[in-house]
Parts: sequence; C-alpha cells; structure tokens
Amino acid sequence: MIPERLLNALILLGLIAVPAWALWADEPFTITLATRAVILALAAVGLNIALGIGGLVSLGHATFFGIGGYAMGILAFHAQSYTALEIGPLTLEGTKSMPVIWAVAVVFSALAAWGIGLLSLRTSGVYFIMITLAFGQMFFYFAISWSTYGGEDGLSIYLRNGFPGLNTLDPIQFFGLCFAILCAVLFAKARLMASPFGLALNAARQVPGRVEAVGLNPQRLKLVAFILSGAITGLAGALFADLNRFVSPTMFSWQFSGEIMILVILGGVARLFGPVMGAVAFVMLEHWLGGLTEFWHIALGAILLGIVLFARGGLIGILTGKGAAHG
Amino acid sequence: MAEVVLETRGISKAFGALKASQDISLDLRKGEIHAIIGPNGAGKSTLIAQICGTLQPDAGAVLLEGQDVTGWPARARATAGLGRTFQISQLAMEDSVRENVLLGALGARGTPWSFWKSAKADAALTERAEAALERVKLMEQADVKTAELSHGQRRQLEVAVALTLQPKAFVMDEPMAGMGAGGSKRLTGFLDELRAEAPILLVEHDMDAVFALADRISVLVYGQIIATGTVDEIRGDPQVQAAYLGEEA
Repeated sequence: MIPERLLNALILLGLIAVPAWALWADEPFTITLATRAVILALAAVGLNIALGIGGLVSLGHATFFGIGGYAMGILAFHAQSYTALEIGPLTLEGTKSMPVIWAVAVVFSALAAWGIGLLSLRTSGVYFIMITLAFGQMFFYFAISWSTYGGEDGLSIYLRNGFPGLNTLDPIQFFGLCFAILCAVLFAKARLMASPFGLALNAARQVPGRVEAVGLNPQRLKLVAFILSGAITGLAGALFADLNRFVSPTMFSWQFSGEIMILVILGGVARLFGPVMGAVAFVMLEHWLGGLTEFWHIALGAILLGIVLFARGGLIGILTGKGAAHG
Repeated sequence: MAEVVLETRGISKAFGALKASQDISLDLRKGEIHAIIGPNGAGKSTLIAQICGTLQPDAGAVLLEGQDVTGWPARARATAGLGRTFQISQLAMEDSVRENVLLGALGARGTPWSFWKSAKADAALTERAEAALERVKLMEQADVKTAELSHGQRRQLEVAVALTLQPKAFVMDEPMAGMGAGGSKRLTGFLDELRAEAPILLVEHDMDAVFALADRISVLVYGQIIATGTVDEIRGDPQVQAAYLGEEA
C-alpha cells in the first residue's frame, strides 16, 4: 500500500513524465492525450467540490463546462471573423487572449451556478439530481438552436488562442499551461478543504441540523460550494474548447455530466487527487480499449460497477489501502 | 424571582388530529435547571423543536431574553444565544473530535467565509474549541475520528459543541440517553456546575439525574403541562403520580 501523499506525487510525476517522453520520442498525439486528461481532471476537480465535500450529486455540470467552452468559442469567433459582439446596447470586440477568455468563462459559469444552485438547492436527493439534469438539458437545446454560433454543428476556431509569452500551438507548451492551472487549482482546493469554509461544508454534508444549531446556514455553504465548483468546471470547458479548437452542444450534453461524475467515482470521491487519477485512468482506457474495440464502454462499465460495489474509495482508495473517505 | 432567560407563551402545535403541544407556557430562569419529564409520546421532542426553531408553532410565542424569536430560523436563535444538544447525536462522524468542536467555534464566530487559512492553525478558533473539549474531558481523544468514540463519549462531545457557543441558555434533549451509570453520574456533576454559567432546559428520562439536578420540573402529558414545581412538589403531586410516575414514586 502506498501512502496517499506519495501516490499523489507519483500521479503528478507521471503526468509530467509521459508528455516529456512523448516530446523526446516525437509523439505529439500522446501530449494531446495527456492534455485531455489534465483538462478532464480539472473539470472533475471542480465537480468534486460540490460532490465530494458538499455531497451535492450534480448531473448538470456539463452546463458549466459548456458555458466555459462557448465563452471561448464566442469570443474567439468574433475575433477571427472581425465582427462585433453585440449584447443589448453594448458592442464588444472578440478576443483571442486566453486570460480574458478564462475570466469570462469563470464569471459566466459562476453566475450560472449561482442561479441554478439557488433553485436546485431547495431540493435534495433524487430531485436535486433531476433538477440539475433539467438545467443541463435546457442549455443543451439552447446551444443546438443558437444558429449564430453554429447551432448543432458547433463552432470551429482556426487558431488556438494566445497566452502572453507562450506559443500555445506547440502541444507541449499548451500542456504545460493546462498542467500549471490544474496544479494551482489542486493547491487551492487543498487549502479550501482545511479552511473554516471546508470544515463547515464538510459538516453541512454530514449533519446539516448541527450546522444550523451552531448558527451557520448549511444551504448557503452548499450554494457557495456549488458556485466554486461550477466556476472551475467552466474554466476547464474553456481549456477543452481550446484543445480541440472546436465547441459544440455536446459539451452541454448530459452524457458529459455523467462522464465527469464517472471520473470522480473512478478515482475516489472526496480525495483531493481522486478526479485526477480518474481522468488519467479514463483517458488511458478510452485510448487503449477504444483502439481495440468500439464497445470499450462495456469494460468501463464493469470497472465502475466493481468500484461502486467493492471499492468505494475508488482507485486512490485501492492503491492507498484506505476505504471510502466517506460513505 | 430570578431573571427569565427563555420562555414559551402558550405555544400549540397540531399534526392533523394529534395535538402535540397544547398551550404550553414555561420559563427558564437564570441559574436554574428546569427539567421537562413525561412519558414517551408526550410531545417533549416537538416542544424542543419549537423552542429551537426547527418547527414553527401554530400559535404562541418563544422568547429569548425577552425578545420574540418565534419566526426566527434555528441558526438565528443559536446566534442569539441558544445552545442545544440533540437526543440522537448530530456529529460529523467522519471528522475528528476536534473538527466537531471547531465547527462550534466557527458558529460562535458567526462567519465561515474563510477559504485559505487552515482552521486548525487559527489560534482563536482552536482555543475556544479545545477549552470546550477540556471541560468535558475529551482532550485526549481530540484527534480520534468521531465514529470511533464510545456512545458515552459522543454524548460528551455533543455537550462540548454546545459549550463552544457559550450560549445564554442550554436546551438539552436527553443528554444522558444510553449512557452507562458512571458516565451519567459524571455528566450530572458537570451539568450541576454548568447551570451557574447558563440555565439549562433539560429533557431527560433518567429520573435519578432529574431529581438530583432539577430546580424545577414540568410534567408534560399528551401535549399539556400538567404540573410545574420543585422536585418535592412534583413527587408529591397525585396527578403526576397517576399520569406518569405510577408505581415508581
């Protein structure tokens, strides 16, 4: 059994080593796969704040992923077509600058999470799952019918957006950027988990009545968690769109909401590195098994079943020999 | 007469045809332990829920330090100085004992909106939390996972969390429930001292503890208070004997 800290370090090291090897061996596709794993991990780290600490089973996180994606798509589309972006009386220009796009993605997904959270947190359990799913579907069908931005076909962005001082078209540089963001978010999340907010949120999941009895508002704690969670998943969406240089309504699909939840469960709910482990395993399975057979999801399903039935702590739980972080 | 800290004025609550609380008026005065006893199903838990704000009465008012708090949510009453313990322990079982009292300290501070600094490295929070653990003699178990505590220790922790709030009045719902004789005796001794700090409204089944501790006792039967008085008065009350104490008295 491996101590959890060592395992976490090994995961990070692996995430650096593989692209480094690929660079040396001139295998750019492997770097792209690693970047995909890092971005999916970021989306799942976001979900895990709501799911793992807050106990909020959101089946609508694709909403935020999609909003992040479309923030990138819309801004870059106007920049590449030299058209103005008109919102009511405001006339804005598009942009190809990643930091600006990220800021817009984070702000809009946080706003959406605030609105959705405010309404869906009135419910719990199955109803919470269904209402988040319903919101996701609303955004999905809206994107499909939004013909200005490609409707069902989505939007192609010809050149990857820029970051000051980097050549983002170079796969390894873009990977490095995504990896640095993931590390920063993981660090912030580790702080968050140990902070007074993390402590209170953790209690709000387990014993909301107690949190109320000490004078704090458990629903508001969960709402803030949901907003933070949505904002991070939104940022991942913007990066994902930049990786593919393409946005489409599938980013909003409920299947994708399910997929990021699978990443979290696969890796280990409420473990800091659970989503990262889950995303790495998922991308590897998708690549290798997907290369062997079209029906690779059957194998994924079987693995997931095994984990849910026998190893609630996910892959991290198995490797560190600890059970579930919580039930 | 000592100053009234907590008071109910004619509160009533019905669930359909079941009258769980009927015109209940009682008060809790500074320095006292006021025990509420009654057979199972008498409406003790319903009464506590209305006092603490998890249930709204159909009629009547709840006053804390003279202020009408009837419409207030439970958390506002907690902030205003009502410290409660639960009949069934409401503790974060997956967290350590320390984290549970830290939550109380955080509640006392009133704001959980701190996202960066470690809660355990926060001197003010830790001091308050550890002081409460010291008082219930759980300091040695501070870093134990709460789920691993014995039942009696959980009851002590339940009291410790309420202590961190330094409330103006305690409402304790069967704090001794399920405790062994030794633990029950220790907690009785502790509550005996605690009343000087803040009065305690005590719902308890353990009659030895009630008779040892209570300054006044109210007897609740079928949602009504049938008698209020000192230990001796209640013991001697024929109505109470008939309704509740039965052969025991």
